[in-house]
Amino acid sequence: MTALQVHRIAPGVTVQDMGRTGYLAYGLSRGGALDRVALAEGAALLGQSAGLAALEMPGAGGVFEARDDIRIALTGAPMRAQIDETTLVWNASHRLPKGARLTIGPVTAGSVGYLHVGGGIATPEMLYARSAHLAAKVGAAISDGQVLPIGPDNGAETGLSLPTDARFDGGAIRMVASFQTDLFDAETRGRFEATTFTRDARANRMGMRLNSDGAGFQAKGGLNILSETVVPGDIQMTGDGVPFLLMAESQTTGGYPRIGTVIPADLAKAAQVPAGKTLSFRFVSRDEALDAERRHRAYLASLPKLCKPLVRDPSQIRDLLSYQLISGATSGDPK
Amino acid sequence: MNDQATAPFVPTIRPAGLCGMLVTFGDSLTEPANRAALAFSAAVERAGLDGVEECAPSLVSAFVRFDPLHQSHADLTAKLTALLEDQDWHAAPMPTGRRFIRVPTVYGGTHAPQLEEAAQAAGVSVDVAKADLAEARVRVQTIGFAPGQPYLGLLPEHWNIPRQTALTKAVPEGALVVAIRQLVLFSVSNPTGWRHVGQTALKLFRADSDDPFFLRPGDEVQFVPVEADALDRFASDPDGGAEIEAIT
Repeated sequence: MTALQVHRIAPGVTVQDMGRTGYLAYGLSRGGALDRVALAEGAALLGQSAGLAALEMPGAGGVFEARDDIRIALTGAPMRAQIDETTLVWNASHRLPKGARLTIGPVTAGSVGYLHVGGGIATPEMLYARSAHLAAKVGAAISDGQVLPIGPDNGAETGLSLPTDARFDGGAIRMVASFQTDLFDAETRGRFEATTFTRDARANRMGMRLNSDGAGFQAKGGLNILSETVVPGDIQMTGDGVPFLLMAESQTTGGYPRIGTVIPADLAKAAQVPAGKTLSFRFVSRDEALDAERRHRAYLASLPKLCKPLVRDPSQIRDLLSYQLISGATSGDPK
Repeated sequence: MNDQATAPFVPTIRPAGLCGMLVTFGDSLTEPANRAALAFSAAVERAGLDGVEECAPSLVSAFVRFDPLHQSHADLTAKLTALLEDQDWHAAPMPTGRRFIRVPTVYGGTHAPQLEEAAQAAGVSVDVAKADLAEARVRVQTIGFAPGQPYLGLLPEHWNIPRQTALTKAVPEGALVVAIRQLVLFSVSNPTGWRHVGQTALKLFRADSDDPFFLRPGDEVQFVPVEADALDRFASDPDGGAEIEAIT
């Protein structure tokens, strides 16, 4: 089995897949990648299942080296990335030759980037998934010097790219009413929709605090309501009326009232808002939310067809001779 | 829990986000509502309804996660309504295989710094607070918030104290916290709005074990007072020195 050697790693980088379902009754939330669109993009670029695990990199990446020639894809929040001295296009697949050094620096937009490998990161499963669930202490963040096993890669193609979309800059987020929305009066709901929130710097995989000027958003009944099931995307108000958007590793139940739930189609965009950038929220009808979900799933299903070959400038190709330029002619490097 | 007979609560079915439904059996925590939530959740699981992906009980509700593009809200509501009419869920029996567990607990001091504050909120002395909590035989009403973490109740009425307005940054694994006539025993270190009144050495969630979750809904627990140095003695025991017996 081949492997990815981690020379240096930024804080909080974890292995993530689609998370674990079926443990809600035991208090363990699903977890998994904060940006599921990025997982689907990586899978499309490498022609493999979106269920394979990748590295989720909040804010910055690290320095990596492959034990053999492998394929990689870079998705999610764009980051500065290089193989040795060559700059890499983001949202694209590349070949990472054995021994070459892959360096992934800080984000240039958004908040979480992903490094995928052909065959997927194949660390041992824990409770039937590979996702680290930091809040539950299932798995842990990657550390310097760790060696990550890679699964068998059934593909060969690299040099594909996907168009970057507009989910890395915050903006308008849709939500639906939920069973506690009525605990907030019409004035408070209206004010919530009219407010521009700034993502607090302390966001993590559990959730993000949303800051705003002016009064808090208080519910009737306040601090004595019964704890009730939480779903990812719920926006809860703590006692001082400050909203928290609950994310992949949220608690499974909670007693703070929730004003609404971000629709699944907008969760990746909400997760990607960079610290200091803004979000606003708007209630949509169930029908509108279902329509958005239909479009969202159709978009994810269309990703493989949207992959386009990277346009290469030959002067920028670092090992031109190793490429098979004409069918039948091979490189000068005998294997 | 509330022993008085109350007017029957007509169960409600409400959306929880786009992909969830919440079937609720009470507007406050009562034993019948809790039993109904546990039994109905198990029944939905058994029914294998089309489009339903997961089911989990909370204190007085059953949460149903489903694919809204596969099964409409209206159709699922109709099916859940039909299932509700099957029986009187408030009269459902407790789950089988329940246990009574006595957990050594250090109250107050540096291990549990908010006992005094909680006693004040409940309007009793620290000694009475400690005796109240130590004598209560509470039941696991649901597992939630964090993996394997129980909500336990109910405590006497004067323990109907609110949560704090601000979150405590973190309480440790094994922390016993209190609010609204309930106790929660923390399975991992987390922030909380509940007050930290006791500390145990119990490991509720064992990710590497074949049986990762120690407590189950319906189990009964008593938090038996011990001296502060006892925690060190139990540190290597995942059960934290707990004594376990079957409830028959």
